[in-house]
Amino acid sequence: MALDKSDVENIAHLARLAISEADIPVYAENLSTILNLVEEMNAVDTSGVPPMAHPLEMAQRLREDVITEQDQREHFQQHAPAVENGLFLVPKVIE
Amino acid sequence: MHNKTIAELATGLRAGDFTSEELTRAFLERIKAHDGQLNSFITVTEELALAQAREADRRLAAGEAGPLTGVPLAHKDIFCTDGVRTSCASKMLDPFIAPYDAAVVQRFKEAGVVMLGKTNMDEFAMGSSNETSFYGPVRNPWDVEAVPGGSSGGSAVTVAARLAPGATGTDTGGSIRQPAALCGITGLKPTYGRVSRYGMIAFASSLDQAGPMARSAEDCALMLGVMAGFDERDSTCVEREVPDYTAGLGNDISRLRIGLPKEYFGEGLEPEVAKAVEIAVEEYKKLGAEVVEISLPNTNLAVPTYYVVAPAECSSNLSRMDGVRFGHRCADPKNLEDLYKRSRGEGFGPEVKRRIMVGTYALSSGYYDAYYLKAQQLRQLISDDFKKAFEQVDVIMGPTAPTPAFNLGEKSDDPVAMYLADIYTIAVNLAGLPGMSVPCGFVGKRPVGLQIIGNYFDEARLLNVAHRYQMATDWHQRAPADFA
Repeated sequence: MALDKSDVENIAHLARLAISEADIPVYAENLSTILNLVEEMNAVDTSGVPPMAHPLEMAQRLREDVITEQDQREHFQQHAPAVENGLFLVPKVIE
Repeated sequence: MHNKTIAELATGLRAGDFTSEELTRAFLERIKAHDGQLNSFITVTEELALAQAREADRRLAAGEAGPLTGVPLAHKDIFCTDGVRTSCASKMLDPFIAPYDAAVVQRFKEAGVVMLGKTNMDEFAMGSSNETSFYGPVRNPWDVEAVPGGSSGGSAVTVAARLAPGATGTDTGGSIRQPAALCGITGLKPTYGRVSRYGMIAFASSLDQAGPMARSAEDCALMLGVMAGFDERDSTCVEREVPDYTAGLGNDISRLRIGLPKEYFGEGLEPEVAKAVEIAVEEYKKLGAEVVEISLPNTNLAVPTYYVVAPAECSSNLSRMDGVRFGHRCADPKNLEDLYKRSRGEGFGPEVKRRIMVGTYALSSGYYDAYYLKAQQLRQLISDDFKKAFEQVDVIMGPTAPTPAFNLGEKSDDPVAMYLADIYTIAVNLAGLPGMSVPCGFVGKRPVGLQIIGNYFDEARLLNVAHRYQMATDWHQRAPADFA
């Protein structure tokens, strides 16, 4: 699998990563090499093998639907980049 | 004092040979004297450590002490520490002061353990050489031109150089075992779910597991006893009794069945590493163990499989680093998308970006079956290999890493060459099994590790098997000459 410039730009966009124009060829090369490694997987026929999502066979624990967390908003927001009136500030989204 | 093991320090504290404050000051002095050269710490928490040491001394005097009260340890900077910077060695989290303690940190605090500081690591635990850290590479105390391994490289170095008697690590694909091997210390990756992941910054959630790094199996047993146990805040933490890991350390191993996977001794393994491991296996034969050759036929698929599963999970986990609620934010964002993209573009280093992109690609529309689903199927086959092996043997042994420590810069431009440094450790994470690395010799100045893999929740046996070897050999007692 060889990725070109537009593939890298598209993936970087999907991942919300700004990448400088100058670095794109290196990423294209590195990612292609990694995908070539990954494609060694195709050497084995896995038809009928159940996918393993998790190392242990366990069911998800359930709990009562009750409030367990205390309000710690101020504590958690003290190191946020920008906060006002208990809200996280971001650039205007809707004009 | 710095050459004593955790077990010896704990005994000395209880006997009143020294106080926790004296001990803590001694290690802080060593960090000051040596860490400029090694760079094993990102943050040293001197004042906090001394306050914790005085409290430990009070508990010791009042008869309220637990087995490790007053012993100083270091935490990998992936564990959230309340009020202390928790950076994960990334520019992204350089400004992040954690607002709570990870479960592992909390458990050590409650046990009265003193935290010396936060150790260096590969950025977000992605790396095998500790060269991807935003705070610069860590050097191997056995040879400062060599890497310490990674990602828990800072923890391994701080223990090897006697700057702390033990440290916590995390292991997603070998990140405890491989640096332990390259630095000549003892490290244990427990069974997936044995130790709570709460407050441990997530890399690949189905693989990540925390464990102890120390100089002996006995010390790892003492640390694991504090770390292990159920925690309802981690949905995959297993509700299962924690045995006394020190109780069976001296058990007889004369009928132990050891499996040597032929795939772990093939192409790519450096002959001198193979030789050190073979000599270690001979030692086990002398102790009465029975050795059989086994096969783990899908071994060569572990690295390709891992480099789908781990990046896919990391691309999802790291989406929370978006410059909105915590961590790095770019200057003057034009709009929300610009804020996300530039904050992430500036905050993450190249290896983290590569893995996020590989994961994003593997999970993107139209590619899911070819990559992620295929990898999960292979994961099942890799896991089945181990299941079959453990019908035949009690433990599996082999090299931890194919080579001793390589030179700084040697593999940093070649991601795939770097990934192959974890060729013998990755399958264990995919299967969720426990594994250890124990020092078993040297190639020149650089240490070699013996890997011991156990069945699910068989940590006590692994520790017993490692301890018996350490009673018969002295590799684990060797210290790097410049830091002895």
